[in-house]
Amino acid sequence: MQIIKDLHERMVRIRLFETEAGKLMEAGKLPGFLHLYVGQEAVAAGVMAALRDDDQITSTHRGHGHAVAKGVGFREMYAELYGRVTGACLGRGGSMHINDLARGMLGANGIVGAGVPIAVGAAFAARYKGEDSVAVTFFGDGATNIGAWHEGANMAAILGLPVVFVCENNGYAEFTPQSGHMLLTDVADRAAAYGMPSVIVDGMDAVAVHRAAAEAVERARAGAGPMMIEAKTYRYFDHQGVKGLRHPYRSDEEVAEWKARDPIDLLEARAIADGTATRAELDDVWRRTRDEIAEAIAYAEASPLPDPADLLLNVYSG
Amino acid sequence: MTTTTEAPAVTPVAAPRKLSYVKAFNEGLAQAMREDENVFVAGEDVAGYGGVFRMFDNLLDEFGPRRMIDTPISEAALVGLGVGAAARGLRPVVDLMFMDFIGVCLDQIVNQAAKMKYMFGGALSVPLTITTASGAGLGAAAQHSQSLEAWLAHVPGLKVVMPCDAYTAKGLTVSAIRDDNPVVIMLNKVLLGSAGEVPEEIYGIPLGQAHTARHGSDVTVIALGRMVGEALAAADELAAEGVEIEVIDPRTVQPLDTETMFASVRRTNRVLVVHEAVTFGGLGAEIAAQIQDSVFDYLDAPVLRIGAPFSPVPFSPVLEKAYVPDRARIAQGCRRLLERS
Repeated sequence: MQIIKDLHERMVRIRLFETEAGKLMEAGKLPGFLHLYVGQEAVAAGVMAALRDDDQITSTHRGHGHAVAKGVGFREMYAELYGRVTGACLGRGGSMHINDLARGMLGANGIVGAGVPIAVGAAFAARYKGEDSVAVTFFGDGATNIGAWHEGANMAAILGLPVVFVCENNGYAEFTPQSGHMLLTDVADRAAAYGMPSVIVDGMDAVAVHRAAAEAVERARAGAGPMMIEAKTYRYFDHQGVKGLRHPYRSDEEVAEWKARDPIDLLEARAIADGTATRAELDDVWRRTRDEIAEAIAYAEASPLPDPADLLLNVYSG
Repeated sequence: MTTTTEAPAVTPVAAPRKLSYVKAFNEGLAQAMREDENVFVAGEDVAGYGGVFRMFDNLLDEFGPRRMIDTPISEAALVGLGVGAAARGLRPVVDLMFMDFIGVCLDQIVNQAAKMKYMFGGALSVPLTITTASGAGLGAAAQHSQSLEAWLAHVPGLKVVMPCDAYTAKGLTVSAIRDDNPVVIMLNKVLLGSAGEVPEEIYGIPLGQAHTARHGSDVTVIALGRMVGEALAAADELAAEGVEIEVIDPRTVQPLDTETMFASVRRTNRVLVVHEAVTFGGLGAEIAAQIQDSVFDYLDAPVLRIGAPFSPVPFSPVLEKAYVPDRARIAQGCRRLLERS
């Protein structure tokens, strides 16, 4: 089944991009912050496999996975993490602002929840221009406590816009567990407040995420308005960085439990069991991706830094 | 035979057309919408009702609900809608009704609209226009009367315009919509009904170019928004005393045309900056500092600032009148400057 291979490759690309970025950060090679996506790969892969290049996404501060899955190149992403002029943002944006308009990646965002109304605007533009593209906005559980999230949800609903709301519920708003920041068990319940249908999926199961996303995307594309998907997932690394655990806000047992249901392991077991792929074929994906990443990192490290004389470039248009 | 048929033919004199400030804005917006199919308007009560200040009257009739969108009272989502639509190639005009409401959507203005082009490495533009009504004078009290231009002018990536009359309201509106950057238009509430000569055809006023509203040799008065009218009135008063005031209207406060100001200072050697906003941390401080940086040697007296006291805008008309600078305070300020040296 081709979709299994597609999901697998997207997830491996995210996993390796992120783990290598984490190593670079640990080695002190990257400036700024790094919010790693490892563990949540099934969500980005499952949703993005249901999208076309002209479909738009807005992402979060944990945005690398979305960018990779949407097809943004490793070279410009690593170069941006390094602050090089060849980066996706010419070294002006960094990890939290990677974009690629050709791929419909309208940007990761340093402000929690801020991408939600922007996706609503992108969907508005699609309908205004008579195009059938949709917009997907990714956000975490914590972002649904922000006003912009609620305003964006209501705005999308009342205007009947083709927006898919994807909650990546990893159980923590930074370091605060979900029980400490909302009384709900399911974030999806919030969709009902805006007359928006919703579905809850296992966010470690890329196939399940993909099915839900395909349905929501087709529904939006057909003009039936917004829908919300809540994917229950988990991040393996800390909120920021690789090993910044200054206080034990979650237990080793909890992390181990989630890792036992690793989204890539689950999909590989499934692919081998149903004969979709052999172990050797899957290993080949890892190997090819590693090579591509090593080349991209070398490219980034060899790239020039921005010229301080160009500091004011792109503050304004024209 | 009747007298009327024998009346001599009168050559009709093309009387200059007068239009109110709000109608001039409305006409400029309508013409910009006719000019570019990508321009649409979204806001609270802008379509069906025509806007609480009648800024959007009749536009729904002409442009229909596709291009005139009534939204929920959700300023963050409204500006975000504009940012997303602008990023996808449209030219949104979103209305914030009262400028005081920007507090609830400042993230979308400051962190999203203003920075997107820069942070994205120039990959896109955000041709978003935000319209809003600023200023005191209607007894609307502290949450409906502010002039917050200094907040916005401080943010790289935004442009801010403050039309002082009907002519500039139309021209700056057209330019703001045509501009590829996020632009905030601060329409002054007290000026909405004031009439002025406005050409019928579509025209833009260049953003970032100051206008010398009156030439004079004794004092330069740099006045923002509604204070331009007050400064011109003060200039009339002082002219009777033999004092000639030069009045400069920056029109755009970001980007600010300091060159026109510097040239004037070189001629008059005295400067008064006046704005309706609170003096502390206001644009008067910025303008005074720039003048001192660049043309200090030409000054015969320290730059004087006039603005509002450090207080929320009061409600009671007697307090509100004392709060907002007026022609008398401007004239007095000019006299003080002339007493020096």
